[in-house]
Amino acid sequence: MPVITDNIASLGYATPELVLAGFFLFILLADLVFTRNRGQMACTLAILGLAMTLLVTLRLYPAGERLLFAKMMAIDPFALFFKIFFVGSTAVIVLLSPATAYIPRTRQGEYYAFLLAITLGMSLLASAADLVMIVLALEMVSVTSYLLAGFMKEQAASAEAALKYAIYGAVATGTMVYGMSLLYGITGTTNLYEMPQAIARGGAAPLALFVAVLLVLVGFGYKIAAVPFHMWAPDVYEGAPTPVTALLSVGPKAAGFAVLIRFFYAALAVPAGPGRWNPVADIDWPLLVAVISAVTMTVGNLIAINQSNLKRLLAYSAIAHAGYILMGFVLLNGQGLYAMLFYLIVYAFMNLGAFLVVIALAGPLRSEELKDYAGLASRTAFPAVAMAVFLFSLTGIPPLAGFVGKFYLFAALIEAGRAWLWLAVVGVLNSVISLYYYARIVKAMFLEKGPSGRLTVASAHQVLIAALLIPTVLLGIYWAPVARFTDYSLRLLGPLAR
Amino acid sequence: MIGLHHYLVVSAVLFALGMFAIITRKNGVAILMGIELVLNAANLNFVAFSRYVWGGLTGQVFAIFVIMLAAAEAAVMLAIVIAVYDRFQSIDVDRVDSLKG
Repeated sequence: MPVITDNIASLGYATPELVLAGFFLFILLADLVFTRNRGQMACTLAILGLAMTLLVTLRLYPAGERLLFAKMMAIDPFALFFKIFFVGSTAVIVLLSPATAYIPRTRQGEYYAFLLAITLGMSLLASAADLVMIVLALEMVSVTSYLLAGFMKEQAASAEAALKYAIYGAVATGTMVYGMSLLYGITGTTNLYEMPQAIARGGAAPLALFVAVLLVLVGFGYKIAAVPFHMWAPDVYEGAPTPVTALLSVGPKAAGFAVLIRFFYAALAVPAGPGRWNPVADIDWPLLVAVISAVTMTVGNLIAINQSNLKRLLAYSAIAHAGYILMGFVLLNGQGLYAMLFYLIVYAFMNLGAFLVVIALAGPLRSEELKDYAGLASRTAFPAVAMAVFLFSLTGIPPLAGFVGKFYLFAALIEAGRAWLWLAVVGVLNSVISLYYYARIVKAMFLEKGPSGRLTVASAHQVLIAALLIPTVLLGIYWAPVARFTDYSLRLLGPLAR
Repeated sequence: MIGLHHYLVVSAVLFALGMFAIITRKNGVAILMGIELVLNAANLNFVAFSRYVWGGLTGQVFAIFVIMLAAAEAAVMLAIVIAVYDRFQSIDVDRVDSLKG
C-alpha cells in the first residue's frame, strides 16, 4: 500500500476534511458579519458545505488505498463509505432543523457550524490509522457532542444532559488514553498497521496486552453506547435537543463502529486467507465482544419495554441496535463486516426516520410522551403510517429494509458455524422482545382513542419523512446496488482486503 | 537508581487515584480534577516508555497532544458546569438528576 509522507501532497487526499473545516470557519465568520436572516444563511451554507464535501469525497474513489500524512490517516473505500454516510446523516439533520423551534434564533449560526464540526470529527475518525489520530478525532466528535447536547442551555434537562455526557465521555476517553499508553509501551508503535508485527516480534505478555485492549475498548464502547458503557445514552438522548439526539444515535455511533473495525481488524488481527482473520497473539477479543454484544441488546431491549418517553425509548432501542451490529464484528470474516456495514445503512434510514417523526410531531403535539400519541392516526395520517413503517423495520419484519439487514447479520453468524449459534439465538429472542415495545407505539397511534382535532405537520418535514420512508421500504425489496456498494467499501487497506 | 518500573507504579497510582476521585466526589469540578489525573497518568506512561524503552519522540509527542486535549476538554466542561449551576443552583452531581428511568 502506497504511503504518502509529504504533508502537502497528502492534503490533496484529505479534501473532504478541508472542505468541512473551511465551511465550519466560514459559517462562524458569516454569522458575525451579517446581521439579517442569519439562521437561514447558516443553514444554506451548511447544506452547500455538505454537498461540496460529498462531491470531493466521490472524486477520491479513483485514488484507491493510501496512507496519508506519514501513516496518520488512511484513505480507502472503507473510509469513504463512512464519510458519505456521515455527510448524508448530517444533511438530514440540517434540513429538518429550520422548521423546528429547538434552537434559539440568536445561536443558529453556531448550531450549524457545530454540525459541520462533528461531521469533520467523524470523517477523521473513519480515516484514523494511528492512535494519536484516533484520540484527537474521537475527542473532536465528543467535545462537539457535549456542546450540541447542551445547546438549549436555558432548559435544565439540556444542561444536565451535557454535564452527564461530558463526565461519562471524559472518563471513557481518559481510560482509553491510558490503555493506549500501555499499548504503546508493549508494542513501541502508535500506528495500527505496524502493530501486528510489533506484537509478534516483541513476544508481549498476553495478559498485559489484554488489559491494554480492554481499556481501549472502554473508549470505543462508550462511543457506540454498548453495555456497560451505555449509562449516559438515555439521559443524554432525552435531554438533548431532538435533532441532536437523532444525529447522536446515528453519526457518532457509526463513527465508533468505523474506528472499532479498523482498530481491531488492523492492529489486533492477522489475515488468515482471503476475508478471514485470526486474533493476534491468541487474545480472545472476539469472545469478549460477543458477550458485550449479547448483553447490550438484552439490556437495551428489556429496559426499553418500560419507557414512556419516546426519545428515551428510542435511546434504548439504539443501544439494542448497537448490540445487533456488534454480532457481525466477532466473526473475524468479511461476511460479518459486510453485514455490519449494510445494517448501518439500513439503520440510518429507519432510525433517522423514527426520530424525524418525533421531531415533526413535537411542534404541533407539544409532547414527546407516548401517552400523547394515542389516536394519532386519525389526527394526522401520513406521519403515523410512516412511524409504523420505521418501527416495524427496526423490529426486522419483512418486506422492510430492517429485515434484510438483520437477515445478513444472522446469516453470517449461522454460516460461521456452531461456535456463534448461541449469539444468533440471543439475537432472535431480542428481536421478539423488541417487537413488543415497538408495537406498543403503533397500537397507541392506531387502536387507542385520543383527543380529536387535526394536526398539521410542516411540509418540509413531510417531504423529509417521505425521503427516508422510500428507501426503508425499497431496500427491503431491491437492495442489490447498496449490496454492491457495501461490498466494494470493504476493501480496507492492505491486510484488510476482502 | 530510578527506572521504568518506578514511573509505571507512580502512573498506576495516579490512575487509581483519579478513578477514585471520579467515583467518590459529588462536586462537578472535583470530578474534572479526577479526569485530569487519569489523563496525566497516561502521559507519564507515554513519556516513561519513550525515554526508557523505545526512544524516539512518538511517546513525547503523544503526551503533548493529550495535554492539549485535556485543556480543550476542561474548557468545555467548565462552561457546561456553569450552565448547570445557572439551572440547578448547584454543581453537586447528585442533585442534577431530573432525567431518570
